[in-house]
Amino acid sequence: MKISRMLLVGSVSALLTALPQASMAAPAETVKIGAIFSVTGPASFLGAPEEKTVRMLADQINARGGVNGRRIQVIIKDSGGSPEKAVSFAKQLIEEDKVLAIIGPSTSGETMQIKALCEENQMILVSCAAAESIVNPVAKYVFKTPQKDSQAVTWIYRTMKAQGITKIAVLTGNDGFGAAGKKQLEDLAKTEGIEIVANEVYDKAATDLTDILTKVKGTPGVQAVVNWSIVPAQSIVAKNMRQIGLNVPLFQSHGFGNLKYVQQAGAAAEGTLFPAGRLLVVDELPDTHPQKQLLATYKKDYETLYKEDVSTFGGHAYDAFMIVIEALRRAEKPDRAAVRDAIENLKGFVGTAGIFNFSPTDHTGLDLDAFEMLTVKGGRFVLYKK
Amino acid sequence: MDSGSLALQYLLSGITKGSIYAVVAIGFNLIYSATGVLNFAQGEFVMLGGMIAVSLVQLGLPLSLAVAGAVGAVCAVGCLLELSFFRRLRHHSVLHMIIITIGLSIVIQEVALHVWDEKVRSLPYFSGSEVSSIKLLGAAISPQVLWVLGSVAAVVLLLHVFLRHTLKGRAMRACAANPEAAMLAGINIPNMRTLAFALSAALGGLAGCVISPITLTHYEMGAPLAIKGFAAAILGGLGNPMAAVLGGLLVGVLEAFAVSLLPAAYNDVAAFAVLLLALFLRPHGLLGRPGGEAVREH
Repeated sequence: MKISRMLLVGSVSALLTALPQASMAAPAETVKIGAIFSVTGPASFLGAPEEKTVRMLADQINARGGVNGRRIQVIIKDSGGSPEKAVSFAKQLIEEDKVLAIIGPSTSGETMQIKALCEENQMILVSCAAAESIVNPVAKYVFKTPQKDSQAVTWIYRTMKAQGITKIAVLTGNDGFGAAGKKQLEDLAKTEGIEIVANEVYDKAATDLTDILTKVKGTPGVQAVVNWSIVPAQSIVAKNMRQIGLNVPLFQSHGFGNLKYVQQAGAAAEGTLFPAGRLLVVDELPDTHPQKQLLATYKKDYETLYKEDVSTFGGHAYDAFMIVIEALRRAEKPDRAAVRDAIENLKGFVGTAGIFNFSPTDHTGLDLDAFEMLTVKGGRFVLYKK
Repeated sequence: MDSGSLALQYLLSGITKGSIYAVVAIGFNLIYSATGVLNFAQGEFVMLGGMIAVSLVQLGLPLSLAVAGAVGAVCAVGCLLELSFFRRLRHHSVLHMIIITIGLSIVIQEVALHVWDEKVRSLPYFSGSEVSSIKLLGAAISPQVLWVLGSVAAVVLLLHVFLRHTLKGRAMRACAANPEAAMLAGINIPNMRTLAFALSAALGGLAGCVISPITLTHYEMGAPLAIKGFAAAILGGLGNPMAAVLGGLLVGVLEAFAVSLLPAAYNDVAAFAVLLLALFLRPHGLLGRPGGEAVREH
């Protein structure tokens, strides 16, 4: 009796564990990859190009016969920038869709909400958000593709020192990106010999910043303004500064990497300095540059298909998706642990943000070289030359 | 920069913001007076005004025609909302109607998201450009600020003349003061209500156009404006469009000067703290009449 019951339990559980494997190896041979992007909502300028990029890439890969003969199916969820929705979509992708890996979310706040969830469920997460805390401390299954905030700050501070600037005003938006940037700007100021004389946080929905900039103007000794946000306020800062006659250099974060902001700010954006990946200045790169061909192809494909300018944000999704695809190709089977190991062992992988060298202690895989200092000239992004 | 011109700079920044809040607050007041409803979709009229004008400019229309077209279109939207929702739902309680306005504001936002997209856009500067600034006693402002102030002033003046010195305007005020008596005097109350919606939508649309170069326009810009405008309307005293101007300017200037003393993150706190204080001391607003609401919530 007991033995037969044990047998029954055993065979049922064997059947249950066998089932998902059986469905994975179904004749269709489809590999599901989940993605959580804020396609709409306040962070839509991140999520919308990310979603478009991933759809385009998946179509391209499937048109070429998939990965090792397996079709790629992308399941994209629109979180609208809400961490709560990101959590429920992550659960859905893990429990119902049983995807191989999750790409995204678009924002740091959302990513931090699902970091532990993915780690517990041994779900590969390749985030498109920048905050340092996503990969520090390292979680075994969590990676990210944008350059680190600290690297962006280091670039900004070093450019300032080269220009002889030591006293600055720091403006940040009151969202996850702004808060993370504020911390890095404050932490690194001392080591880089920069003094922050004015430090203000504004509402991420702010439509007019002349009062804050008036305060900056009234603060003696300000030699430059650093603005750190991912919202339309990036254009508003530039305009308001010129309008109230605050004529010091304006530095922005790598969140400025979207030509739309330059167009919004018009002539006021001229001369704005910011660190960014090379996607925005691909035409200026020498043909021998290792990223040149990849960047040029991505830019051409994206702009032909969607009739809009490519942005570095879509590039982060490009990198996240292609890293998973490359790891899947190397692992040769859609086995999560094997694919994860393959990601961690990727070396010299050329992406849009830079050349990735992952290791068990570095889940970003990019160094300072991934950035260039860019500026705005004639309504376009160009390399900044001293 | 000396402290005098710095103060002037803060004041100008406050007046700019405040005049935008004032226009939204006037819109609240017009509809509230005529219908007793607080229309929380007021901010969406501003958003629609900017969006439609930007699209018309992209179609190649000259700026002035685009603005006029946008104001007309938003005005039509306002009429349509009144005719299709509020006229039919008049027998519901005022609270229901207020909740309906919140629902409508969400619907309008979603429609805007689908008709246009999530991107931020803006009208060109009416005169000058992004970098032009006018010097004024040591302070500097964008020429567009003068457009904002000028159009708000013109609108307020016209509205004042309309409400005080025309038959239609008087009829509208009569509706607000005593609907039963107005009806007995032969005033078509439902039409007056439609007119109130049309006027406040047109006002919102115009505001959306003149502020677009400064604040940029996107589908989510309406809701925060509605909240600030509502605060301004309450502070000034509900039911009095001219009090709304005072309320709006006060909220704007308070916000601007709060920044000079406190970290900028607290400027909403400062504005709303003053609002609460004002309401404790004068529950009917600065210029409102006590018991004014009782008449309208018949």
